[in-house]
Amino acid sequence: MNNKTKKILHSSEFYVGIIIILFCMLIQVRSGQFFTGNNLVDIIRSFTIPVMFCVGELMVLISGGVDCSFPAIASLSMFVVCKYLEDVTTNPLLFFVVAALIGLAFGVLNGVIIGKYRFPALIVTLGTSSICWGVMQGVFQSREYPLCATLLAVGKAKLFTATNAETGLSSDLPMITIFMVLLLLLGWFILNKTMLGRGIYAIGGDIIAAKRAGFNVFGTTVFIYAFSGMMAGIIGVFRACMLQAVHPNNLEGLEMTAIAACVLGGVSITGGKGTVLQACLGMALLTVVSNSLILLGISTHWQNVVTGLIIIAGTAATAIQNQKNAKKLAVKLTES
Amino acid sequence: MSDYIIRAKGIKKYFGGVKALDGVDLEIKKGEVHCLAGENGCGKSTIINVISGFYTPDGGELEIDGVSYPKMTPQQSIAAGIQVIYQDLSVFPNLTVMENLALNMELASGKKFVSKKRFREIAKEAVAKINFEIDLDEKVENLSVADKQLIAISRALLNNAKLIIMDEPTTAITKKEVRALFNVIRDLQKQNIAILFVSHKLDEVFEIAERFTIFRNGKNTGAGDASELTQEKFTYYMTGREIKETPFIYEEKPGAKKVLELKNLNLKNGFKNVNLSLGEGEILGITGLLGSGRTELVQALFGYHKADSGEIYIRGKKVQINSVKDGIKNGIGYVPPERIVEGVFLPQSIKQNISIEKWDEWAGPLGIMNEKKIEEVVNDWVKKLRIKLHSIEDPMNTLSGGNQQKCVLAKWLILDLNVLILNGPTVGVDIGAKFDIYELVKSLAANGLSVIIISDDIPEILSNCNRVVVMRRGEIVKEGLTKDMDEASLAEFAVAD
Amino acid sequence: MNKILNKDKNLTRILAVFLVCFVLFSITQGKSFLSVSSFQSMGKLFPEFGLLAIGMALALITGGIDLSVVYIANLCSITAALTIKAMTPEGDAGIGAILAGVLVAIIVGMICGSLNGLLISAVGIPAMLATLGTQSLFNGIGVVASKGSSVTGSKPLSFFISKKVAGIPMAAIIFVICAAVMIFIVDKTTLGQKIKMMGTNMKASAFSGFNNVKLSVINYMMIGILSAVAGIIMLGRYSSAKADNGVSYTMQAIMIAVMGGIDPAGGKGNIQGVCVAVLIIQMVSTWLSMYQNISDFYKQIIWGALLLIVLLLNYYINKREVAKAAKK
Repeated sequence: MNNKTKKILHSSEFYVGIIIILFCMLIQVRSGQFFTGNNLVDIIRSFTIPVMFCVGELMVLISGGVDCSFPAIASLSMFVVCKYLEDVTTNPLLFFVVAALIGLAFGVLNGVIIGKYRFPALIVTLGTSSICWGVMQGVFQSREYPLCATLLAVGKAKLFTATNAETGLSSDLPMITIFMVLLLLLGWFILNKTMLGRGIYAIGGDIIAAKRAGFNVFGTTVFIYAFSGMMAGIIGVFRACMLQAVHPNNLEGLEMTAIAACVLGGVSITGGKGTVLQACLGMALLTVVSNSLILLGISTHWQNVVTGLIIIAGTAATAIQNQKNAKKLAVKLTES
Repeated sequence: MSDYIIRAKGIKKYFGGVKALDGVDLEIKKGEVHCLAGENGCGKSTIINVISGFYTPDGGELEIDGVSYPKMTPQQSIAAGIQVIYQDLSVFPNLTVMENLALNMELASGKKFVSKKRFREIAKEAVAKINFEIDLDEKVENLSVADKQLIAISRALLNNAKLIIMDEPTTAITKKEVRALFNVIRDLQKQNIAILFVSHKLDEVFEIAERFTIFRNGKNTGAGDASELTQEKFTYYMTGREIKETPFIYEEKPGAKKVLELKNLNLKNGFKNVNLSLGEGEILGITGLLGSGRTELVQALFGYHKADSGEIYIRGKKVQINSVKDGIKNGIGYVPPERIVEGVFLPQSIKQNISIEKWDEWAGPLGIMNEKKIEEVVNDWVKKLRIKLHSIEDPMNTLSGGNQQKCVLAKWLILDLNVLILNGPTVGVDIGAKFDIYELVKSLAANGLSVIIISDDIPEILSNCNRVVVMRRGEIVKEGLTKDMDEASLAEFAVAD
Repeated sequence: MNKILNKDKNLTRILAVFLVCFVLFSITQGKSFLSVSSFQSMGKLFPEFGLLAIGMALALITGGIDLSVVYIANLCSITAALTIKAMTPEGDAGIGAILAGVLVAIIVGMICGSLNGLLISAVGIPAMLATLGTQSLFNGIGVVASKGSSVTGSKPLSFFISKKVAGIPMAAIIFVICAAVMIFIVDKTTLGQKIKMMGTNMKASAFSGFNNVKLSVINYMMIGILSAVAGIIMLGRYSSAKADNGVSYTMQAIMIAVMGGIDPAGGKGNIQGVCVAVLIIQMVSTWLSMYQNISDFYKQIIWGALLLIVLLLNYYINKREVAKAAKK
């Protein structure tokens, strides 16, 4: 088989894709409910928000960092905007713009500190995350809150409804899905079609070489975290729209899921490698698995156990492969 | 129009209280291959940074192609035709050859969007300049060091380079690849591109350079035609010491025991049918290309790999070496080639690094560290090996490469060894420390220690070993006494494929 | 004493910070801060996160990290509570049941820790990813075991934990014992020193004949035991165990470790500094609580900001010291 086919068969995208397909078939066999219109729509619904977060996280990972603060930024932006703007305006766009600005501010803070001092990104973003949660819960005294009419409408806007004839259940595919697709395309475009994107990969590959080549390492770093923060703000508001209510602590812990999703899809934790497709596949895997627990009638208490095992299995597979390659002896002995 | 591409006169550069450059001169003619040599800290890197515009000198004049630059910037330096290839090559391992070649150029011309077509065009133009055949879509991390170097050179040529500065280009490549590199350099010369070649290997200087300049402690100590150089002059200019090398003379003592015997040792994808013996006080040299199995062989002896079949005898007794612990227990010590990655714990103290193998033996109940004994013995060895340091509590990374290597030696000499294996012991080590290490090893052998040295440096092997073995494709293809060999033919044999 | 302080600039610095805080808080809050009951209540609170911080420090010293410490603690407290309950279905638990519960907790902690160690060293998964996975796993097991709600603790255990010996709360005594043992192991024994070396450079460690897997497993197992003890103390203090307790302790543990002088890149720092940092954080927390209008949530802002400030301070202090050394 030729080189290109070999490369595809050995790629992580291929493996993860196969695993997802096998999983889907397994669930279909056991519950008969997987490939129904309404279930597929449900899957897309639970996939939408997390995968949007993955776009920013992907960029940060490629640059060699990690962002643990986006759930905090998203929640803070979401709460502030939903609580304080409902009496000010009925234009949904304004909500998103203000949320984006709040997210941008914290994102820039992350980017400047990490860009200038090169502290471990994990620790810096844990710090800003704590500040954001504190501001939201302390300064703004966050609590569960009803969503204003403007945003309720945004959340209810749908592309179509899928109904399951058998169970009578129906699910709406929200308009928000379009934004998800746009964001994924934007991420793909930045990473593949712009010099900025090449810069992100370059920094992740060899930061000194990137500086010497003429990349603006500081500027690119600030951009990456600023973009992640800004998007977090916007996605936070979308989350409220989809949930049709403001649950300020609902996104807690999502950073771990996003990182796990990217890594499972094949994104390298040490930086320099990763694609939008990989992040999507990784998140698809996690989404399908958690959706399947419900279909298989397994209590959601097992959710974290399953997620944990998948993360361990996925990262172990990569690690074992890496170890094998590193230890390989490669002296070409003469045939005897 | 000047004859010279670079005329630097009386350059001074200070960092705080440190005089990195104390009024140095450097003149490079157009189209000439010029060698710059000196020990670590002599100012080589500083002068390169001055020429490339990253540092502004605190005194002196800098002229590039007849034009004077009182306060040059990196962009001006590049525009004037200066290109630097750093020792780490500054390539992106995770990107393709094509991208590595084209990115600098695209950035410089302010491009915002990626065009694979443009990348490919630029890349093709770059490799054509030195007739370099390479798969443009391959990821750079999958390539050899020599190929990465050629990529760095091709990239440098895209900017209409008039002078290419190469910082220690031959450290990480094999003899064969050095030959290929020199051919490329000669090609570049034909295109009237000058090369400033930083190296301290005299045989290379002879082979490729026309003129040389040597620094020591930020000052000029020697300059002129390469043909005038001798090993003694070279060493003297670099170190200020007159170093007389005493050749290693081994007298086979009657009834001397064989310390080590390897019989039919085999390791899949490592080595085949290795039969070797080593007597007390012998220094055996092993050479051959990268991929010849020499490292795999000594690592199997040390226990890092486990041989598939064959027998190992230490002082006549058959032993099983299945792990590094076994190797050490049987008196085998190993100084690995990549000191920073494999040999030392850089942020940890010198004391810890040297004493590490004796901790368990000297420990008290509950595993309490015997600090007193450790300090005593470490200080003793620091004196014995003349390791220059401020305090043994200081971290390893405060020491020079040569002193670090001495610490690694101390770590093993502290033990009662049967065989000491040195893999590339003087790579990245200054000439002064190099000779100290040679003398040390020779005196240890004279006292009965058996030594194995793996090296690519043929002169090093000939003057320090009494026997040499050449490996190729995992097998020993030549073995003999060094006194019966001459440099040229041994070099040819080692380089042949 | 002088020799110790001179050798360890970091310890000196942090002791200075401790003194400054102590004086400042005593002045501003007077009797409320500087009283026996105030110290006693602090002594009851800091051991939990203090033990987790020491565990986190151990992980950081080896160049790794352990994101699962809090969840190991919760899982241990849940299994301890369940064991005690199972052995005494009616009435108050006797000494036997409590000891059994403690033993089970410690064993669970050792198993969890060993799993971390194996994944990181034998399988080769980067510490951050391995503990991300086990974090989820241990949390999940905790949820399943507790059926998603909290498990009631045992009164005798709570009574024991809140006992005071010579006026010092039992929890604080347990902390001091554990800290002393860890300081001894890390500073004075071959085991601790080997773990430090291995954390700095795994390859050189292998070339020195060390068994990296064994050292890693022991290291993370010790972290697991510390987490288990923390879990037992939490069980005693809250009189209940829940899979989601103390989630913010993870970030706090990292902050305290970094504040105490542990370099996240590995190889540098000691437990003594971390202990002092634990006390400082407890004092800050208590002092803030004395101001009625500062809710507990504001503390999160302060911890996050402190973490960033400590990183910046360390950076600038380091820079100055390197410049000073170059001038010599």
